[in-house]
This record gives sequence, structure tokens and C-alpha cells, in this order.
Amino acid sequence: MYVAVKGGERAIEEAHRLLAEARRGDPAVAEITLDQIEQQLALAVDRVMTEGSLYDRELAALAIKQARGDLLEAILLLRAYRTTLPRFGVSEPLDTAAMVIRRRVSAIFKDLPGGQILGPTFDYTHRLLDFDLGNGHEERAASREPERAEAAIEPMPRVVNLLDREGLIETEEPPDAEAPVDDLTREPLRFPASRGMRLQNLARGDEGFLLALGYSTQRGYGRNHPFAGEIRLGAVEVEVVPAELGFGIAVAAIEVTECQMVNQFKGSASAPPQFTRGYGLVFGEAERKVMVMALVDRALRGRELGEEPQSPAQDEEFVLYHSDNVEASGFVQHLKLPHYVDFQSELVLVRNLRAERGVGPRP
Amino acid sequence: MTERALLTVRGLSKRYGDRVGCLDVGFNLWPGEVLGVVGESGSGKTTVLHCLSGRLEPTSGSTEFLQRDGSVVDILRLPEVARRRLARTDWALVQQNPRDGLRMGVSAGANVGERIMAVGARHYGQIRGQALDWLSQVEIPRERIDDLPGTFSGGMQQRLQIARCLVTRPRLVFMDEPTGGLDVSVQARLLDLLRSLVADLGLSAIVVTHDLAVTRLLAHRLLVMRGGEVVESGLTDQVLDDPQHPYTQLLVSSVLQP
Amino acid sequence: MSGYNFAYLDEQTKRMIRRAILKAVAIPGYQVPFGSREMPLSYGWGTGGVQVTAAVIGPDDVLKVIDQGADDTTNAVSIRRFFARTTGVATTRRTDEATLIQTRHRIPETPLREGQIVVFQVPIPEPLRWLEPHEAETRKMHALEEYGIMHVRLYEDITLHGRVATSYDYPVRVNGRYVMRPSPIPKFDNPKLDRSPALLLFGAGREKRIYAVPPYTSVRSLDFEDHPFTIEAWEQACGLCGSRESFLDEVIVDDKGGRLFVCSDTDHCERRREGAR
Repeated sequence: MYVAVKGGERAIEEAHRLLAEARRGDPAVAEITLDQIEQQLALAVDRVMTEGSLYDRELAALAIKQARGDLLEAILLLRAYRTTLPRFGVSEPLDTAAMVIRRRVSAIFKDLPGGQILGPTFDYTHRLLDFDLGNGHEERAASREPERAEAAIEPMPRVVNLLDREGLIETEEPPDAEAPVDDLTREPLRFPASRGMRLQNLARGDEGFLLALGYSTQRGYGRNHPFAGEIRLGAVEVEVVPAELGFGIAVAAIEVTECQMVNQFKGSASAPPQFTRGYGLVFGEAERKVMVMALVDRALRGRELGEEPQSPAQDEEFVLYHSDNVEASGFVQHLKLPHYVDFQSELVLVRNLRAERGVGPRP
Repeated sequence: MTERALLTVRGLSKRYGDRVGCLDVGFNLWPGEVLGVVGESGSGKTTVLHCLSGRLEPTSGSTEFLQRDGSVVDILRLPEVARRRLARTDWALVQQNPRDGLRMGVSAGANVGERIMAVGARHYGQIRGQALDWLSQVEIPRERIDDLPGTFSGGMQQRLQIARCLVTRPRLVFMDEPTGGLDVSVQARLLDLLRSLVADLGLSAIVVTHDLAVTRLLAHRLLVMRGGEVVESGLTDQVLDDPQHPYTQLLVSSVLQP
Repeated sequence: MSGYNFAYLDEQTKRMIRRAILKAVAIPGYQVPFGSREMPLSYGWGTGGVQVTAAVIGPDDVLKVIDQGADDTTNAVSIRRFFARTTGVATTRRTDEATLIQTRHRIPETPLREGQIVVFQVPIPEPLRWLEPHEAETRKMHALEEYGIMHVRLYEDITLHGRVATSYDYPVRVNGRYVMRPSPIPKFDNPKLDRSPALLLFGAGREKRIYAVPPYTSVRSLDFEDHPFTIEAWEQACGLCGSRESFLDEVIVDDKGGRLFVCSDTDHCERRREGAR
């Protein structure tokens, strides 16, 4: 005798319990701490903060732990938490020119004021698995006092400003400096999108998706001849101007990575040629992401620069609608939800169509 | 003459900064009349077409259209809703490349039926019946009604586009190089078809072309354009047999004689 | 659940959603863009429905949550628990006792009444999406009532299959004006939308749209005069309660392919069985 399925509540509770067990893993192994994640898996924390649109290293570390290391799941956790936070104001634009530099490189000049500062980078490592890293042998490396270069105290002028002074590169001015900034987390995206909305979308967009798009522009799908004008990483102040005070106060120092790409020059009958720009900015240390953000930003500016959109990276709706991995992951995985009612409707239809053709019995 | 003009254009101009697309173009178009607009590339003829059909916004000018109910309306000042509705019913635009004027992803029958479905036709059998009739009228075999346009030859695609445009019996048809890209023999057949359709349906048409032979066969009157301006106008035969303006003379004399 | 506002969302957000709902009710079938928030469930799993419910639910409401017509499917359970924790509101499985019903993919068999609100979970709100991928163009088409292309799709189906080949999420015309997707309910449920005494709200979280059908509004499924809209029918009756009028789920009961058909609406089925005893 068929009995209708019940017990969904209990099934869910058991699933949660199994998840908690799986998360903990072997109890004989030490439980990972948030400090460990935050310090030693810092790049994972940085990615979760950027795509989660929330700068809080400890919360990001907690999200990563709760998500068992699945960064997209951690990003969802952080975003959901962000929804509950009250908004008490908008900061001043970050002054990245005043950044306390930890790393700064430029590919367009051999040398420049302030110099090329390599900082902590994987770039020149040999990708050989280091078996000394396992089992606490990192201690030995740490015990040797590193020759710490003093973090550069004097602000380093942006390389791109040097081009700007000669008029070689287009100037970047917001159309209306006094107007409030769009907020992608509060309003739905509309097309054509403002540059602010686009950049916000790209900043919190999935690194993998943007990497593929940026790569595609380099391979000819909307090539815009990029040069890495400057990439800089370091701490900037977050300043707020409270209405009661009327002047700015610094409320935090955060670490960001910024990239300015110098792209294909443009000119017209009336205007002499100038280089064009792409821009990227992310929380923490994330060079790959910030570079592809700048590449895709430039590709999407095609419309305002009079370029024919021919490739996926230049298709604004395609890029901006599919860049959000929280939306994408949710919709893809929703296929796991029961769809048997709709499937039943399709079964009825297909059986009827086949029966009309003489194939198979009527349902 | 008690009959009113279907279309009255005055002072139609389109500027791009210092550059002129077309300048001070004016003409009347009467019901049942075909007007040819000829010139070489850059003459402004396509600009005139785009301004009249709603694709471009002119800088100045007026375009009065006599609607079915007898009222006259300035198309350039119509709200977009009204203009788009007119474009779906009382006017039609036959594009140079038929693929631009067809839905390549749906059958020939659906292509022909779309405009009547857009204005409310809701009987599948009747829609299909009308589509079959029109396919016959444009000399496409009826059994191709369910085929996709991609399986048609260029000439057949163009005829399908014409059927798609004419199904709502528009009174004014714009044609942009309707025979462009087709073989000479196919062109001849198409022109014959257009000529009989125009006569049978009492259509008015504005045909933009660089090909004088097309105008000779189709148009009652001609406007010759150069550098954005109309340099000569008149009855087709008169203009082509006895051109007055030096440019027209040049055009006529440079047509290759077989 | 301490530290969270009633129904999880802050009051500003609820106000923003309610404004969108009011606009939607004022223009039946029109998709109102809204600033959808990330919720504690994934996009695609009902965030739109949850936000609409969270914006309208009050302490005196009685909430029913169903998925595929059943109260006990895992996602329905999960959403019902979410609201129980964040509002403390009474919940029920009985359609006739509910004031607020959140549903995925079905409309209850029990007739709805005035004063009830049904919130539908919507994956893709735009009926023209498969014909025209660009949002900028589809918005224009709705504004200018250019729906010819929808009937072209139906025409093609009839040409190819002899009938319209859409069995769920079947497009409808609301109040004689906007074409709307009723969410992936089977076409079997479409007639229940027409002149319903209840308020019908539709929430698409990921796509960030809300739309509505106010009570007693006409909702007509698109069709042709000579190919009128029809609904599914089964030769079998429900194997548990004997109903011949409800939507039936097909259940495979043994590995020889033996099957049983049972009501998708579990509350309706249970009630019928109670009544028969």
C-alpha cells in the first residue's frame, strides 16, 4: 500500500547534523581557527570580502569555515549577513593616490618615481611544490629575521597621472560629481548601465567568469591593446564626513588592490588621439581579479567610445547579468529542487504527441 | 484635382554637425503612385528613406500623412507608440537584405502571419489561409509554407519579405534597393511582380535605388539626388529621356547599354 | 531568533518591497523592478517569494508553504521553518485556514477566498525572454503592447506539433493588457488565476521583479480561436482519495515500472480521505 512521503522536517535536521559532522572532519585533527584562516588563507579571505561586498576579515574567515572552504558558499553567507546590516552613511571616495604601498608595479615604464616595488608576489616563484611547508617547517623560515623594507611612507604618484599631464590619456571625470552614487546592492540593474553600476557589478563579479572574458579580449574577441599602466596594493583610509561635524574623519584603514590599464588609443577628426583606460579595484590582495576587471571594464566601455560590440565581453547585458556567482550558483543548483509537477505536465504532453503519431499507447 | 496627397513632405533636412545628410527635400506622393529616389552612394537618398520611415530623426521638416480615416497627421511629431503601430499596419519597409526583414528562426507561414497576428488575428486556420494566399501572390510554392527562410534562395527570401510586408495591405511601402544583391534574371522577375502588386493593390511606394533600370520599370515619378539635395524631379520617362540637370545627364549616360 | 527584525528584513527594505507591490497591483501583470536583497537562501530557491512574504506577513497571519503542491517537500519545510523562526506566526497545512500561502509550481485545489494572499516563486518573469534575450528591447515591447511575436511562437507550435507545446508556465494576458508568465505552474492551474477572489503576488528574487494580479482580474491564457487552450487530463483517478478533478503526480512504485497516480495537493487529498471515512 503506497503511503505518501512525509518526514521532510526530520530529513532536513538529519542533513544539517551530517553537514556539521562533515565540516568538522576527523575529531582527532585540530579544529581550524578563524585566526588561522584569516592569516594563512588570506587570499581566500580577500576574495570572499570582495565578492561578498563586505570588508570584514573575521566574518569572511567565519564564512569560509562554515562553508567548509567552498568560497562561493562563503560569499553567499557574507552577502546574506550584509543584508541585515544597517547603512549609516556613504564614505568619501578612496584616495588611492595616498595609499601606503606594499606592492606597486608598472609595465609601461622601465623606471618611475617611487620605483618598481615587488612586494609579496607569486610572480617570480618557481611553481615547485614545497614539501617543507607541510608539518610545521614554515617555522624555520619565519625564525630568520627578514630584511623588512620599510613600507613606503611617501605617497607614490600614479603612473597614469604622468601620461595625463601630457594629455596622452583620456581624463576620467564622473559626469556629475555631486550626484549620489548608484548602489547596485539597493537598486536593480537597468540598461544602459552607468559606469558606476558596471564597476560595482564587476568588482563583486565572479573572478573565473571575468578571467575568461578578459582573456577572450586578449585573444581577439574585442581586442583593445591593453598595457598594465599600474597595479598597486596597500592600505587606504576610509573617510566619512558626518553631517554633525561638517569635516572628514578617518573611520578605518583597509587594504585594496587597484589596477589601471592603458588601452587602445582613440582619436577622431576633431580630437587628436589619446590612450583610453580600464579600471579595477578590489578589497585585499587580488591582482588577477583586479586586472581582468580592468580589461572587462574597458571592453564594456566600447559603446561610449564608438566601438562596434562584436564579442561577448562587449555585450553589456550578457556580462553584467551573468557575472554574479551567487545568482548563477543559486539558479543552476535550483535544478535539484523538485520539478516533478512540471515534468508530469511534459510527460502528458509528449505521450499525447507520440500517441497522435501512432507511436506508443495513449497515457 | 480633388484627390488629396497621401504623403506631403516639406523642407526635410538632416544634419550631422556641419555635414549634410539631406537638405530641404520636398514632394507630394499620390495614392497609387510610385516615386523613385535615385542617386549614387552618399547622395542622401537613404537618409531621406530613414527619416520618412522613422529610423532617423530629421533635423527639420514636416511629413503629413493621410490616414485611412481621412485625418492628416505629421508623422515626425507622432508619439512613438502611434508611429510604431502605423509602421506595423499602414506602412511597410522592404529592406535591401531580406534577412534583415524576416524572422529567420520561424517558418515562412509564421513570417507572413506575424503582422496580422500583431493586430489581433486569432484564428490559426484563417491566418494560415491568408499566408497561403500571399505565398501564391508572390509566386512561392504553397508547400513551402512550413519551411524556414534559410532554406529559400535569395530571390525567394525577398519575395517572402514582400509578402510579409503586404499582408496588412499597407497603403505606403518604402523599398530600399529591393533588387540589390540579386541576379539580373531574378531582378527582372521581382520587378515584374512588384509592378503588378502595386497596380493590383493600388499601393503607393517610395523606391530608393541607384539603379535607373529599376526606376524605369517601377516608378511614375523620379527625384534625382546628389550631395543631399534634389537636383531634378519629374515624370520618369521625361527625366530619363530628356535630362535637364548636368548630373542627371551624367547618370543617364553612364548606364551601360547592353 | 534574537538580533533579527520581525520577518528578517529591516523595515526600510520591507517598505521598498511594499512600494513595488503596490505599483504591481496598480498595473496588473506589469513587472516592477525592485532592489532584491540577498537572503539566507540561494537565489533560485525562492528568495523572491520569501521577500514578498516577509514584506506582507503580520503577526496575525496564518502561513502555509507548499512546493509541488505538498507541504512536506524539503524546500517548503525549509521556508516554513524560516518564517516560523523569524516571525513566530502560526503555520498550517490547511489551505482553507491559511491567510497567506507561499507556493512553488502549484495553485491549491481548494478554491481560494477573498482575503487570502498567494505568493508565487518565479524563476524567469519575462514571457518574451526566449524570443528576445535583451531586456532593453522586451521592456519596450511591453510598453508598446507589441505581442505579435508571442502568437508567432504559438503558431509555430501548432504547425510543428498540431498543438501548443507549452505545458507549464503558460503565458497569459492580464486585464486585457500585459502578457505575463504565471510561474511554472502546470497549465492545469491557469484557469484558477482568472477572476480569483484572492490577491496573487509574484516574486522573482534573482531577476529582481515583482508583479501582481489583483482580485477578480481577468487572466486569459493565450490561444487561437480554432485551437483553444485546454488543460491536462488523466484517465486514472487518485490512488489514495479517488479524485478525478485534481492534478495527479505519477509515482513509480516498483522496479517493474508499476505506477500509481496520487494528488499533487497533499492537503486536498488528505481532506478528501478524511471526508470519506
